[in-house]
Amino acid sequence: MFYREVGQFKSTYAADMAVFPIRQDRIGILVLLAIAVVVLPLVSNDFVLTSILIPGLIFTLAAIGLNILTGYAGQISLGTGAFMGVGAYAAYKLANAFPEVNLLVWILCSGVFSAGIGVIFGLPSLRIKGLYLAVTTLAAQFFLEWCFVRMGWLTDYSSSGAIEAVRRTLFGLSISGPEADPLTRYFVVLGLVVFLTWITSNLVHGRIGRTWMMVRDMDIAAELMGVRLLPAKLLAFAVSSYLAGVAGAMMVFFWLGAAEPSAFGITLSFQVLFMVIIGGLGSLLGSWLGAAFIWALPVVIKFAPGLVGIDVPSARVEHVNSMIVGALIIFFLIVEPHGLARLWAVTKQKLRVWPFPW
Amino acid sequence: MSGLTPIEHGKQLLAVENISLSFGGVKALTDVSFDIKAGEVRAIIGPNGAGKTSMLNVINGFYHPQIGRVVHRGEARTGRRPHEAARRGIGRTFQNVALFKGLSTLDNIMAGRTLKMTRGFFWQCLRFGPALAEEIDHRAKVEEIIDFLEIQHIRKTPVGKLPYGLKKRVELGRALAQEPELLLLDEPMAGMNLEEKEDMSRFILDIRETYGTTIALIEHDMGVVMDLSDRVVVLEYGRKIADGTPDEVQNDQTVIDAYLGRSH
Repeated sequence: MFYREVGQFKSTYAADMAVFPIRQDRIGILVLLAIAVVVLPLVSNDFVLTSILIPGLIFTLAAIGLNILTGYAGQISLGTGAFMGVGAYAAYKLANAFPEVNLLVWILCSGVFSAGIGVIFGLPSLRIKGLYLAVTTLAAQFFLEWCFVRMGWLTDYSSSGAIEAVRRTLFGLSISGPEADPLTRYFVVLGLVVFLTWITSNLVHGRIGRTWMMVRDMDIAAELMGVRLLPAKLLAFAVSSYLAGVAGAMMVFFWLGAAEPSAFGITLSFQVLFMVIIGGLGSLLGSWLGAAFIWALPVVIKFAPGLVGIDVPSARVEHVNSMIVGALIIFFLIVEPHGLARLWAVTKQKLRVWPFPW
Repeated sequence: MSGLTPIEHGKQLLAVENISLSFGGVKALTDVSFDIKAGEVRAIIGPNGAGKTSMLNVINGFYHPQIGRVVHRGEARTGRRPHEAARRGIGRTFQNVALFKGLSTLDNIMAGRTLKMTRGFFWQCLRFGPALAEEIDHRAKVEEIIDFLEIQHIRKTPVGKLPYGLKKRVELGRALAQEPELLLLDEPMAGMNLEEKEDMSRFILDIRETYGTTIALIEHDMGVVMDLSDRVVVLEYGRKIADGTPDEVQNDQTVIDAYLGRSH
């Protein structure tokens, strides 16, 4: 009823081409940002921050990265976990080698390294398509994981084989390392993820995003429009791996604090892939919803009985949790195979004509 | 037009010379030569499997012939790739509609302008200033094409949901957005009813009239071919059997035999 665009006339192409052409959407996104910046920090305790919000945001960024590659450019990848690892190790090496440079600079730079690795493993995509390409990215996953374990240089020959978040500050506030306050880390992560989402949104709404979707939908016609397939696909690999790399670096520095090579295993790749599929391929909103669904929901379900005062053994909660989440995944995929983002779009369409849908 | 110096109408724009193309043992084209003059409507006709689409694919650079060459704008190019052909002003529609099905009509036609958009990665990231201005300029051009083809009402519809006739029209719009000098149309009227065929014929003539585009089309509807085209080349089993004005071709005994069969 309130979600109407009646009377909102657009008199310029710029207004028509805006990312949020409808006024209610623009207000909505500002309200959400306000909630994220003001309300959530006020109501959340350290547990909510470190187990739901911070990892949720980091996974959102990883999902956006994979969505660029799989959802927009149509190239299936199972190497996300490894690309996140490349970002994490790059940030670790860089931060240790140049401690005087601000950590945020290195977090953003770490993605460049994963982008480079991503491009190398994206080269087969010119010849190989679909599931077969997924298998070649699997090679990236296993090869890079092997590197993380075997190349001592990456961990500065640490005896445990793990990398640890170094102590760093931003404007005098500790943002990384054991002393960092969860709230500070939350703000840093939120800022980075929102910023990179904005950049990505600009990309996918312009020529480059259109080129990716052309390659995805009909590659021969794309070629005929003058698109060179290999550079277009490699750019998708680069941007996708960049975002994954930054997410991986943030994972170690702002969330886990330390990570072993197994943290970047195939499980992580699958987790991010499920977020993208459940959320909706080819939709940035979908990546946010998918990450929230796959990451936050299990945590909420796990601790919901405790919050309302029911005492259930944790092992049982664990089992019930898997069942509920599994059932919900099936439920949502049956209701809308194109993901939560499409479900939201359909809901919006219905809201526009409610209560007289005929 | 794509920054190319225009070729005077009536002069040769493109020629295929002694093209032979085979896939393993299958000979798709055998020693075919013809030319296309700037500003004309050139029809390529022939029974099913005659090699018409293969011919367009050769001109486009999708296929590379074993023998023969394609001379375009006075340059002989053999190993040319499709995106290079696009850069040199060759546009194309497909027999079985090849639209980007996830995109709206608007974005599909915008896709045709890809080559004309030059702002790089940095500006694209910001979608601000020059990049946005460029996007808006091209949107204005696309709207002109949308008006021209009378598809305003489906501007924001995903093309996957459109009926067949409109899909063909959107595909034509996408090719037009490239501002091609030479437009290759592969059966633009296949599967259409009379009214839609008339609409499409009007658009084809209007395109030549308005934009001065040279058109090469494959079509099975003889009425349409004879009315629209200036010159017709006839293929059968990968060989050229006739070439000339519609009248000449219509009265050519080999052509009649190819279409109607010979009495034994």
